[in-house]
Amino acid sequence: MAWFKKSETPAKIPPTKALWQVCPRCGSYIPKDEWKKNNAICLTCNYHGRLGARQRIAQLADDGSFAEVFREVSYSDHLDFHDASGSYKTKIDAVIAKSGEKESVVMGTAEMGGIPVMLGVMDFAFMGGSLGTGTGERIARACEQAIAENRPLVLCSASGGARMHEGILSLMQMAKTSAAVGRLKEAGLPYISVLTDPTTGGVSASFAMLGDLNITEPKALIGFAGRRVIENTIHQKLPPDFQSAEYLKTHGFIDKIVERKNLKPFIVKMLHYFGF
Amino acid sequence: MATKKTAVKMTAMDKVKLARDPKRPHLLDFLKYAASDFEELHGDRLVSDDRGLIAGFATIGTAKCLVLGHHKGATVEENLEANFGMANPDGYRKAMRLAKLAEKFHLPIVTFVDTPGAYPGDTAEARGQAEAIAKSLEFFSLLKTPVVVVVTGEGGSGGALAIAVGDRILMLENAVYSVISPEGCAGILWRDGAKAPEAAEALRITARDLKNLGVIDEIVPEPEGGAQKNHKAAALAVKKAVLAAIRELEKIPVDKLVSARYAKFRAMGNFY
Ligand SMILES: [Zn+2]
Repeated sequence: MAWFKKSETPAKIPPTKALWQVCPRCGSYIPKDEWKKNNAICLTCNYHGRLGARQRIAQLADDGSFAEVFREVSYSDHLDFHDASGSYKTKIDAVIAKSGEKESVVMGTAEMGGIPVMLGVMDFAFMGGSLGTGTGERIARACEQAIAENRPLVLCSASGGARMHEGILSLMQMAKTSAAVGRLKEAGLPYISVLTDPTTGGVSASFAMLGDLNITEPKALIGFAGRRVIENTIHQKLPPDFQSAEYLKTHGFIDKIVERKNLKPFIVKMLHYFGF
Repeated sequence: MATKKTAVKMTAMDKVKLARDPKRPHLLDFLKYAASDFEELHGDRLVSDDRGLIAGFATIGTAKCLVLGHHKGATVEENLEANFGMANPDGYRKAMRLAKLAEKFHLPIVTFVDTPGAYPGDTAEARGQAEAIAKSLEFFSLLKTPVVVVVTGEGGSGGALAIAVGDRILMLENAVYSVISPEGCAGILWRDGAKAPEAAEALRITARDLKNLGVIDEIVPEPEGGAQKNHKAAALAVKKAVLAAIRELEKIPVDKLVSARYAKFRAMGNFY
């Protein structure tokens, strides 16, 4: 929203979302095709923008090695939830029909640099990457399969947090996923968590922060509470870099900020150090 | 009987209001009547002694245990000191430090959950609120000692859950437990905070709802009119339920206990 306000004054011809990508960090206007060509990275400020789950999988998995698992696991509407705009079921069914995905994380077995791994990637475009029961179930199953097959887990998060349409059961997925990655780590297997833009709320406060390595990309937004909530609490404006990847690294919660082009080789190198 | 009649008529939002009532018993009130001894211990050995979450060894009936929970007060001054029950990362790290000590000496742990949520401040973010909560969830899922959880008032989202991973989850009759506050949910999904009563209903946050959803094990009845009317009776009901849970859990070999705890949370939201 902030970038939109900024754009109203200087631009003579209001750039439309259809043609232009507006960098949410520096406000630069970048033609959409150029943005895509540059792998959703801002040419001005090096902000690493959002990728779809399938796009990121293609960049991380060895060619042809990704085999999706748990595709049958989808959302559940335990609460029969309705809000002002209608039912949760109608809303999410439309998202499923449009995206072709059934949950906010895509999970599979894959090879990275020839190493067999469990690879999971969240998609912010699917209900804001929110953590539903189906998401939690896929992640827990992935941890269990990784243990059974002696695979490292590489999990890329992108999420606004818990999915409130699934109420308390969404909250419980934080416990479920954290317990599952805890078991994986106890079993002596590495868990590499890649916190991509944005990773906030209940996802940052569960499995995403629990990596043996927590890595991220330049200028990703990572945090627990929302900026506005915090500003209302402390009655102060927060600096622009608050909750950025760089801020998290400075405060000791991120092992490394890795450029997108180096992400796969970096993960593979770390797995080599771990004896894989 | 009168209790039952009012309970039936109460809306989810009525329960939210009751759960937030400053006159409601808080951790120290419960301990006053339920424990013969409470020795508070301080600090995370890293940064500070958070006052939003307090912990110490206690004797409840015949059980020696570690008690930890969110800290709220009855007055504004007390609440300022307790940060209105909103814990900082330091509080969750203190809880883990002392829980590890309880594990070492085979003491059961009783947690008291009563928070609007983890403290949403810049300093909390700087010290890793997300990491502290995440770590706590993982930590308690692996802890080799019985953990009994009592949701006594407001079970506010991740800040509540951080100390609510246990073997038995008890909840007071008028307590609420939710992924987001009804006001917050209404603001986002209804675009109108005033629709909080609708959101409260839709979110299914009462003890009865949570029992039906399989999230809690037991509802602890409150004295007539609610716990705020009679702290002692409320505390004694909690004491009874907690003691029964501890006695039951102590019989289970610790490895089985930890496996069962994993299975318990593993099954939540599971529908296959
Ligand atoms: Zn930029």
